[in-house]
Amino acid sequence: MHERTIAELAHGLRAGEFSAVEVAETFLRRIEALDGRLNSFITVTAERALEQARAADERLRRGGGGPLTGVPIAHKDIFCTDGVRTSCASRMLDSFVAPYDATVVERLRDAGAVMLGKTNMDEFAMGSSNETSYYGPVRNPWDTERVPGGSSGGSAAAVAARLVPGATGTDTGGSIRQPAALCGITGLKPTYGRVSRWGMIAFASSLDQGGPMARTAEDVALLLGAMAGFDPRDSTSVDRPVPDYASELARPLRGLRVGLPREYFGEGLEAGVREAVEAAVRVLESEGAEVREITLPTTPLAVPAYYVVAPAEASSNLARYDGVRYGYRCENPRDLEDLYMRTRGEGFGDEVKRRILVGTYTLSAGYYDAYYLKAQKVRRLIRDDFMRAFEEVDVIAGPTSPTTAFRLGERLDDPVTMYLSDVYTIAANLAGLPALSLPVGFAGGLPVGMQLIGRHFEEGRLLNVAHQYQLATDWHRAAPPGFE
Amino acid sequence: MMEWEAVIGLEIHAQLATRSKIFSGASTAYGAEPNTQACAIDLGLPGVLPVLNEGAVRMAVKFGLAIGAEVARRSVFARKNYFYPDLPKGYQISQYELPVVRGGRVTIQLDDGGEKEIGVTRAHLEEDAGKSLHEDFHGMTGIDLNRAGTPLLEIVSEPDLRSPQEAVAYAKKIHTLVRYLEICDGNMQEGSFRVDANVSVRPAGSHAFGTRTEIKNLNSFRFLERALAHEIERQIEVLEAGGAVVQETRLYDPDRNETRPMRTKEEANDYRYFPDPDLLPLVLEESYIEAVRAELPELPDARRARFVADYGLPAYDAGVLTASRELADYYEAVVAAVGGEPKLCANWVMVELGGALNRAGVEITASPVGPEALAGLLRRILDGTISGRAAKEVFEAMWAGEGDADAIIEARGLRQISDAGAIEKLIDEVLAAHPQQLAQYRAGKDKLFGFFVGQVMKASGGKANPKQVNELLRRKLDAGG
Repeated sequence: MHERTIAELAHGLRAGEFSAVEVAETFLRRIEALDGRLNSFITVTAERALEQARAADERLRRGGGGPLTGVPIAHKDIFCTDGVRTSCASRMLDSFVAPYDATVVERLRDAGAVMLGKTNMDEFAMGSSNETSYYGPVRNPWDTERVPGGSSGGSAAAVAARLVPGATGTDTGGSIRQPAALCGITGLKPTYGRVSRWGMIAFASSLDQGGPMARTAEDVALLLGAMAGFDPRDSTSVDRPVPDYASELARPLRGLRVGLPREYFGEGLEAGVREAVEAAVRVLESEGAEVREITLPTTPLAVPAYYVVAPAEASSNLARYDGVRYGYRCENPRDLEDLYMRTRGEGFGDEVKRRILVGTYTLSAGYYDAYYLKAQKVRRLIRDDFMRAFEEVDVIAGPTSPTTAFRLGERLDDPVTMYLSDVYTIAANLAGLPALSLPVGFAGGLPVGMQLIGRHFEEGRLLNVAHQYQLATDWHRAAPPGFE
Repeated sequence: MMEWEAVIGLEIHAQLATRSKIFSGASTAYGAEPNTQACAIDLGLPGVLPVLNEGAVRMAVKFGLAIGAEVARRSVFARKNYFYPDLPKGYQISQYELPVVRGGRVTIQLDDGGEKEIGVTRAHLEEDAGKSLHEDFHGMTGIDLNRAGTPLLEIVSEPDLRSPQEAVAYAKKIHTLVRYLEICDGNMQEGSFRVDANVSVRPAGSHAFGTRTEIKNLNSFRFLERALAHEIERQIEVLEAGGAVVQETRLYDPDRNETRPMRTKEEANDYRYFPDPDLLPLVLEESYIEAVRAELPELPDARRARFVADYGLPAYDAGVLTASRELADYYEAVVAAVGGEPKLCANWVMVELGGALNRAGVEITASPVGPEALAGLLRRILDGTISGRAAKEVFEAMWAGEGDADAIIEARGLRQISDAGAIEKLIDEVLAAHPQQLAQYRAGKDKLFGFFVGQVMKASGGKANPKQVNELLRRKLDAGG
């Protein structure tokens, strides 16, 4: 049962091969039995899940239900869920129970999905290894001494380990794609504005985007179809019809123009990763795609620009955690300043504090023009680079991450190396473009991901390319030993 | 002794009269139980997002058009970052570099009858914070977030004002304007219209600015005037004693009529403004601006001029009557119902009605005597049914709710005696009763005429039509001569 994809589960449920309750129980048992090795869940909502599964069965019995009715999923613990703790993996929100659902949560529930629980993540989505969580690090199911990537590491590990067939993630600089790559699954960061940010706890508002994570492109398409769409509660969400992503999957790749940015295959890229990605590109070629080298000259500016913009916005977004209204509050504050200092000093972890400090600095009088304003100009240049490239090619392909999963603790004391984990993923956030990671093989026994970047709102194209690749290959079927 | 000149600029926060908040659907109604009108957005819960209230934008545009300002086609909301317990998100959303209204002017009337143009630098949209309550919490502070997210229009003047009187005239002008436009209820006690003043002094004739202080907590025009007068005096004293004015924020204490530095530590606040990434730039189409322009009511200056031109009122009367839209509407309703006599109507609205409203502390809209009722009374003066003096008594009875003018005139027997026969009879009696005075009058003591008028009025119980008494008495005395 747990080897089935979302598409297969949905089909089996509608055909009456098994019930939603049976499906939910199967996955809840796996979480119970196996997650001790991974720590991929912060909260498991077994009772609620079974309740939702029973309701799904009732709907299915009456011949109703949507494309996801009875399909279990998990939400990254950054999405607010009415009546369930939403911690953002921070001590600050350890006690926070949201009084409302995020739009993404609402839409997936309306599509019939059954929520099994909330997945672990880097604290406030700040990290690339899932080691900054207040609830402890998540381990990579392919090698539990290694990180799953981050910040959506819990979702990636849980999906890879077949604890749940699909999950939500959020991606500010690679937080869906990089863990998808390191755990060997498929994950999509949609176009900025495609998926509502309402109820998704903000890290860097102009970059954050929620998206789906699953084992196959087809499953990602099914989840995205439910998640995407205009939301009047999010002023940055875009009022544009949602295409039927599943129906676009079958399109052949003949004539597809694929660009390989020279800058994505240079220094710092592990040989094994390069080989796997190059092999994957050859598969696309054999499917009829035309591959050409392109150049994205502003690539080296992406990481520095990101580490100005993201912390700046974060420093403001996280100001609300002050111990006054909800969340963590220090014991016996002497006065207001003490309340602020100790609440925030004790409630936030080191990486969050580092970014708040950096962001506060770059927004300060006298530095704003030199940092924030300049970074925004760089963003424009990066976007222009992509726009030029997309005149020549339809999708851009390259490695998702320069390396495979690294060891726990290896980069914790070296933030700059950690930040470089996202060297290929950050540009898509800065430009607001959709980007997807799919598994394309292994290096040293660890999964390698290939990233596909598309034009704005061309998620369908990315899913189509990934699906065609997955029809031709089996990498996405590989299960981590011990989690088969 | 050196002559000093004050330089004053005002920042006015007008609470916009939208039903819901600027970025959420929660109600803006005043006076609810603490924290009952704060939704997830106002509380700054994790994951919430602001959505701009179009009603607030429309009101800001109205104001911009009314002062002849540029309404920006593109303006931007920024975040002003600072920590305070009644600021839920840790930042206030406010327009900073690119406000929606840029550069306008208003004309104020000076005491000497002259006029002066005052520049309005900008007006921008922002959200209000909540309230910190320091009483009743036993050494703790209570936070009420009902007000958090209420839309404000911050109206910033140029430093064009030169005296407390000019500052008050300007503040009143803006107050009148926002109420004409129906974008703010103008209630200063409830904080719907708040004034902060920036003030400095300099030697008369100098063009450089002195060091300024900012005075907060000015919740009435009287306090504004007194606080400025006090602060100007204080600054002059400091400078004349050889000292220097410290740039600081001062709080006005109306009980002691003084300003004093606010107790906050003097640190340079760095608000780390940056454009709010949760909100798109506010882009206004020309067609939208024009549609709002078409909705504008007649503005106070235009109405004032029309009152002078059409009704022949003195400029002073026109100014008083147009000070609020409701008063002007009332006046025009009275004139329409009477069918003319604008000066008589003006006197009654300003003096009798105005006085009664003032004494009772009642707004014109809540007047127990409506314009139709007042017109009914004025018609009885005009047709001679009652004397002006009796009319005042009738008005008082109307105010007390005793009914309409006619009913009161009947009930109290205030109808004037205008029957010539009845008045002649009274005259005959008076003349017969005072043969000595009559003889003196006829001998040339003309000023006794007034004595006879008085006697006749007295004999009528004050009800005889004085005009008729005069005419008939004159005729009788002259005929007899």
